[in-house]
Amino acid sequence: MPIKLPFRPRGRNLPPDLWTKCPACAEMLYNKQLEKNLRVCTRCGHHFRLRVDARLAQLLDHETFEERDAGLESLDPLGFVDQKPYPERLTAARQATGIREAAMWGLGTLGGHRVAICVMDFAFMGGSMGSVVGEKVARAAETALAERLPLIIVSSSGGARMQEGTLALMQLAKTCAALGRLGEAGVPYISVMTDPTTGGVFASYAALGDVNLAEPKALIGFAGARVSAGTIAETLPEGFQSAEFLFQHGFVDRVVPRAALRDALVGLLAYLRPRPVPRPATAGNGSAGNGRLPGPLAALLDPLAGQEARRG
Amino acid sequence: MADRPPAAMQPEVEEPAIPADELTIREQVWARVQEARNVKRPHTLELVRLMATDVVELHGDRLFGDDPAMVGGLCRLDGRAIVFVGHQKGAEVEENIARNFGMPHPEGYRKAMRLFRLAERLGVPVVTFVDTPGAYPGAASEERGVAESIARSIQLMCGLRTPIVSVITGEGGSGGALAIAVGDVVLALENAVYSVITPEGCASILWRSPDAAQQAAVAMRITAGEQQALGVIDRVVGEPAEGAHAAPAETARRLREQLAVILDELVARPVEDLLDERYERYRRMGAFADSGPPQAVVRPERPGIADRLRILLGSGRGILAAELGPLRPGAADEVDDPPLREDG
Repeated sequence: MPIKLPFRPRGRNLPPDLWTKCPACAEMLYNKQLEKNLRVCTRCGHHFRLRVDARLAQLLDHETFEERDAGLESLDPLGFVDQKPYPERLTAARQATGIREAAMWGLGTLGGHRVAICVMDFAFMGGSMGSVVGEKVARAAETALAERLPLIIVSSSGGARMQEGTLALMQLAKTCAALGRLGEAGVPYISVMTDPTTGGVFASYAALGDVNLAEPKALIGFAGARVSAGTIAETLPEGFQSAEFLFQHGFVDRVVPRAALRDALVGLLAYLRPRPVPRPATAGNGSAGNGRLPGPLAALLDPLAGQEARRG
Repeated sequence: MADRPPAAMQPEVEEPAIPADELTIREQVWARVQEARNVKRPHTLELVRLMATDVVELHGDRLFGDDPAMVGGLCRLDGRAIVFVGHQKGAEVEENIARNFGMPHPEGYRKAMRLFRLAERLGVPVVTFVDTPGAYPGAASEERGVAESIARSIQLMCGLRTPIVSVITGEGGSGGALAIAVGDVVLALENAVYSVITPEGCASILWRSPDAAQQAAVAMRITAGEQQALGVIDRVVGEPAEGAHAAPAETARRLREQLAVILDELVARPVEDLLDERYERYRRMGAFADSGPPQAVVRPERPGIADRLRILLGSGRGILAAELGPLRPGAADEVDDPPLREDG
């Protein structure tokens, strides 16, 4: 494998971290250019994983993100020790990433549409879902419901966090329950799956979008290759568990390259608007036959109502 | 323990021969895992036949097929009609293979969902029996959307407008177990285990060796008693001293007694209250602290290959320099090396 060594800088002020090697095509990529290209390889289109701040900056309108629940931190309910105690792993992850947990959520606007958005960061303990991630997803969904804002979750996770045992598993139920209420209330939810979206995250909120989007070639699957090989001695074929595979099998609506993701979301948000709440009409006890229009019809006749709410 | 049958009668059973208090914690926990996995334990159909009458098994998910690893249907528990759903393993090798070792494919979860909806329409409670190493992790399963089927099933149970009691009877293996284990009340048999990943899987990831499965089982607190302490399980149902595999009928009797009381209580409650409490039950789960808005944290950038090389070379040069001593006074100020990192 030829390694192109970057030339040795002679001056005092040359910036570090000039080059990144593409893991897919081995091209050496000039970092500035890579950032400009939204961390997508200019040669082969490989999508590098995005840090949470970069993702938010790319998707949301400039400086519109207001983070919520930034102070939530994991505890160590099991006193879990593998080769290192869990709290040490948490501290190391916080220091390495500068964020407190594997997910961040808040409110912001996207193409003028106000949304609740939750973004995961794989760099924090493999994006694993423990109590805090589950709580943030649930709070994002509950706030989206209370404020009647569309919800977007950008997933990037290896699955449930083993160090929190079944409490991590219970986050599947917590998040699915919250999303269930959101759906019943007619508030839309868009799931964006990025590399990788696997295990308990894929088997809960990531799979449940009203619309599911995925980034090209993202690894998306239920059981990791190691689990499959270890449990049932079956090796999964090449290209299995990819965004494109899921698309072919009907579990993803669209595979969207990163450069087009923001526009795709804006386009969807124009349609995926929370169902207007029927005005608390005359205190009739039946919902039918009291003369008022059903929600969607009312929205058709009064298209400005929703927009005003958005601009407000 | 005194009337335990001689070992020869149970060749496949790995039972602790020494009294429990002489075993280390690791051995005790692992003995539970072995017991939970004992194929001779009564599984869903055996339990239902022992504790209920008029059992009618229903088949098929109406979409793809009928998954033998997931069973369900209608039965009467002391006269009350219920819908039962559960994982099914086989007690003999051949049946166990036919049952796919209790590892459902997506159609299993879709069959379960179909039966949950039936229960909702009929207004009868649901009882589920959970005993699986996990959902089947193979190609066919992925192809048909096993993750999606699990997520949908969990979501459906969270909002199902009828009482649900779930019993972890053996192995509560991850999402494949939780997919049918969301309930108003969750019970576990004494020797059942419940975990986010199999001990072997956890060991191979965190310890990088499946041989550490016993440590992983201890670390994950997978026994029924520990799960009750965590609040994941509401009540542990004691097994006969020899274990459920040795006395299925007695196990079923104890379980039926508990179920009867719980179902009576749940059925008497307004369904809206049940739904709110069920939502809260899972909404509360988890352990975290809120330390308020964060102070600004400077994130160190990950060094690129160039930096790592420079660091490598730089440290070597440092050692050389230390050994040789300064070449000339003031040399340290004039080295033309850039700082290793701009930000230190």
